[in-house]
Amino acid sequence: MQIKVRLFATLREGRGKELFLDFENEATPAMIFQQLAIPEEEVAILLVNGMDGKPDQTLKDGDTVSIFPPVGGG
Amino acid sequence: MEKRYLRNENMLSREENLSLRDKKVVVVGCGGLGGHIIEQLARLGVGYITAIDGDVFDETNLNRQLLSSIENLGSPKAYAARDHVKKINPDVKVSGIYDFLDETNAEIYLSGHDVICDALDNMSSRLLLQKYANKLGIPMVYGAIAGWYGQVTTIFPGDNILGSIYQGGSNKGIEQELGNPSFTPALVASIEVSEVLKILTGKGELLRNRFLMINTLDQEYEIFTI
Repeated sequence: MQIKVRLFATLREGRGKELFLDFENEATPAMIFQQLAIPEEEVAILLVNGMDGKPDQTLKDGDTVSIFPPVGGG
Repeated sequence: MEKRYLRNENMLSREENLSLRDKKVVVVGCGGLGGHIIEQLARLGVGYITAIDGDVFDETNLNRQLLSSIENLGSPKAYAARDHVKKINPDVKVSGIYDFLDETNAEIYLSGHDVICDALDNMSSRLLLQKYANKLGIPMVYGAIAGWYGQVTTIFPGDNILGSIYQGGSNKGIEQELGNPSFTPALVASIEVSEVLKILTGKGELLRNRFLMINTLDQEYEIFTI
């Protein structure tokens, strides 16, 4: 199955804006973090198809996962 | 109506303009975001502004914080906000509170306001702000910045957007490595003020249950429905 991954802000550095990742059987956002070497603590907001997502949720073919780093300044 | 508000009159009716004189807005944080927010609220003629910050200016603030100057380094940001508003619009009743928001004072400082405006610089304080905004039944406008990037959303009592969307983890963000320039605070502050004005006048469409993500490096502006 193929998952579309959209990266935001500094997570794009060295990875790109938009990626298509292929998985054989099961896919979760946590597996995507691992594959892209994104430490989980660097993920502030995780959206699956534009809705609030969880790192261990099961993804299906064609899902879009959006990953945002923390933005905290003022 | 005084001449100072004439240029507000084509986008707000005279009644809407006048109604702002009775509104109370509290701005929590008087740094990068807060300075611009307070300035803009004062020029709009929002009648009562409370500016809260327990910090003093230092040299690293000069690159972006509107209220900072060489003369006021070492002085409380909240008092600089108060003095600045008095200089630009004497119609506004402004109070500067030189204190950090915490569990013991949040209810006292925030109650009685029509809108709470977030200009804080860390996640735990924003969650505290959302908690008391919720408890007091006051809408809150959230804004955050880091380098080229920014975020804005509007949170009504009961929405609990920050608790549901944030994965947890770090209290600070990528601003720790990127810093903050002069323009992202002004941009995000301006969008926050437009939200405050719409809450106060009932006009337009708010960023409620919608998260605006700003990327000035690639000039991408995207709204996610939450």
